[in-house]
Amino acid sequence: MIELQAAGVSVPDPAGGSDLVLLSPVTCTLGERRVAVIGANGSGKSTLARLVNGLRPATTGRVVTCGLDVATHGSSVRSKVGFVFTDPDAQLVMPTAVEDVALSLRRSVPDAAERDVLARAALARLGLAEHASTPVHALSGGQKQLLALAGVLATDPLVLVCDEPTTLLDLRWRRVVDRLLDEVDAQLLLVTHDLDAARRADRVLVVDQGSVVADGQPEAMVERYVELMRTR
Amino acid sequence: MSSGPSLLGLYRPGTTFLHRAPLSVRVAALVVLALAVVLLRGPWTSLAALGLGCLAAVLARLPLRATVRGLGPVLLTALAIACYQTWQRGWDVGAEVSGDLLALVVAGTVVTATTPTDVLLDGLTRAVRPLRRLGLPPEGFALAVALMLRTVPALGDLFGEVRDAAKARGLERSPRALLVPFAIRTVGRARTVGDALAARGIGD
Repeated sequence: MIELQAAGVSVPDPAGGSDLVLLSPVTCTLGERRVAVIGANGSGKSTLARLVNGLRPATTGRVVTCGLDVATHGSSVRSKVGFVFTDPDAQLVMPTAVEDVALSLRRSVPDAAERDVLARAALARLGLAEHASTPVHALSGGQKQLLALAGVLATDPLVLVCDEPTTLLDLRWRRVVDRLLDEVDAQLLLVTHDLDAARRADRVLVVDQGSVVADGQPEAMVERYVELMRTR
Repeated sequence: MSSGPSLLGLYRPGTTFLHRAPLSVRVAALVVLALAVVLLRGPWTSLAALGLGCLAAVLARLPLRATVRGLGPVLLTALAIACYQTWQRGWDVGAEVSGDLLALVVAGTVVTATTPTDVLLDGLTRAVRPLRRLGLPPEGFALAVALMLRTVPALGDLFGEVRDAAKARGLERSPRALLVPFAIRTVGRARTVGDALAARGIGD
């Protein structure tokens, strides 16, 4: 469950003018299992996604995720919220696949041998068992994104936030990642340009020029977004 | 720099006695070797240390071609240093300085190639635990070292991309077209990695 209570983000204007609004205050409660966020580049989608786990602190209002105030319980919130970035290269920080997944488990599993077993099991669930000892930089883009997902899912998050996870992937890997995201048990907040993926959500938010301009059923919201882009 | 993935920081699974030896023993051996090359002067000591490093690499069964390819930039640097020092101060100093550099890099490569990063992180965390008294978190220090090891090949890839982009625009001879975007993208990458670590709850 994600609650945004007049949550917004502004940053100081480097030129010295009034603050720049990245996201106007939003109030909504996201309880659906799959929520998609669509909008043009630079519209504020990623800012909205980053509010959920405190990567981007709200400058106005309040964000409550999994019953915890993100501003005061950021660390606890991040232990319950998984986050997948567009570019997996930024997310993968260990030399090999199994070590990267094990890194995610360091907080919850103190024993190294047990971590290794759990990390290998997480890789196997996503079909990456044979790549456990493969150097991360030797994996394909699709395999890297799967690995990033494996590292996040290994911690059993209650909420999974994905910021354009398929943007850099070819059709084959896009389908693989889409299928996996369809099957995850966690609540999914999916920021995407893929309108087919948005249509499969239970609820869609349309973000435009730093504001949530529409919120509702997928088909109607996708039509609204397409219409919005036609006028630009 | 994109001559291939560097072995430095990359674990190579194996069952040799070097893989099975406790991390503390391997690190202690590395420290002794480092002290020896610093304290004992002369080209023969350096060449002996380099021989020991190469012997350890053979015993750890590191793949020869990948190792040499990964160490390519260091080999070129050592060669340049050897030439300069030989010209300036004689062959013995040239051999000593370049031999010291190569011996330590090869020995360091053997340690990281025979140690899973997770084990290295645990070992480093234990080793720097006294830093907690100074207010420095040992986990953060250990993670910084592990990140540095992963960053070596990542920066190599980044430099290759920047060089290709400069070449595509006919700017391959312009240092500015290489170094400025490389520096900017390195900082950008560092910020993104910081976000990713925070999102994974690492460092909280």
